[in-house]
Amino acid sequence: MTGHDGWEPEAAELVRPYVITRGRDLPDEQQLSLITLVTASPEHAQRPTRLSPEEQSLLDICSAGYLSVAELAGHTGLPLGVVRILLASLTEGGYLITRPPVARARLADREILEEVLNGLRAKFG
Amino acid sequence: MVSAPSLGEQAYVRGGATQTAVKILVVGHFAVGKTTFIGSISEIEPLSTEETMTRAAEAVDDLKGVQGKTTTTVAMDFGRLTISERVVLYLFGTPGQQRFVQMWEDMARGALGALVLVDPERLADSFAVIDLIEQYGLDYAIAVNHFDGAPPRDERALREALDLLDDTPVVTCDARDEKSSADALTTLVRYLLDRAH
Repeated sequence: MTGHDGWEPEAAELVRPYVITRGRDLPDEQQLSLITLVTASPEHAQRPTRLSPEEQSLLDICSAGYLSVAELAGHTGLPLGVVRILLASLTEGGYLITRPPVARARLADREILEEVLNGLRAKFG
Repeated sequence: MVSAPSLGEQAYVRGGATQTAVKILVVGHFAVGKTTFIGSISEIEPLSTEETMTRAAEAVDDLKGVQGKTTTTVAMDFGRLTISERVVLYLFGTPGQQRFVQMWEDMARGALGALVLVDPERLADSFAVIDLIEQYGLDYAIAVNHFDGAPPRDERALREALDLLDDTPVVTCDARDEKSSADALTTLVRYLLDRAH
């Protein structure tokens, strides 16, 4: 720090994760798994004003389509646990829609595996 | 630093509102070629939730036989493949170290199965990752990543060395090649389908 008041609020790597999450705890992991698909809720086209920069950033990215929780962590560079907590809070606030992956069941698995197999064959021959 | 990247249309999941997301793990020891494999087959630039490994951290890992490799993934990287209008497949890769146990639990939960990448010259290094996969109860296939200059290895000797079940598929692949990687993945999915019947 060289400046007389070297306060740099944008230096998020100097902020402990629980500060970014305002001390909130991890959400239910089934609700926000790595491959839960997330998008902005259409009812909240109006830009909310009381969100943290991190929440705002996530909401901005989500506004153009669906991404998985893992992709949101990858694109923002935020730790996965932090992203989960922020997404849970945004979902609670009605800003986001989430599509958790279907629960695994033998029949569903077989159908999905068949679809994956056919898809791979169609794509790569 | 919080970055708010503006993403192109192709970054988003096509038909996301109706898609079911599934995942397959691509696992293997340090520097075996997981990132290359995922990169060769993913429709998006592979993403990672952690930084590349720093020099300080390198000293922790066993680097013998991997000269020339300066960075590697410490946590988890992943790619995506849109299979159809109904299914989007995510491929998650992580090394087989116990210290990433939380990440392993996240990855393994709900996964369809795992492809274990193996370096034929460093078979013993694959024991830990195969143990982990079995511990999480995941079905898996072995993909022997063919490295330049490595002689082909007798499949029977390899099965014996890795202590595989008779029906565990073993394929050879070149992780740099899209078609070859896709073939390895197809072998795994066909096996998973057999197991589901």
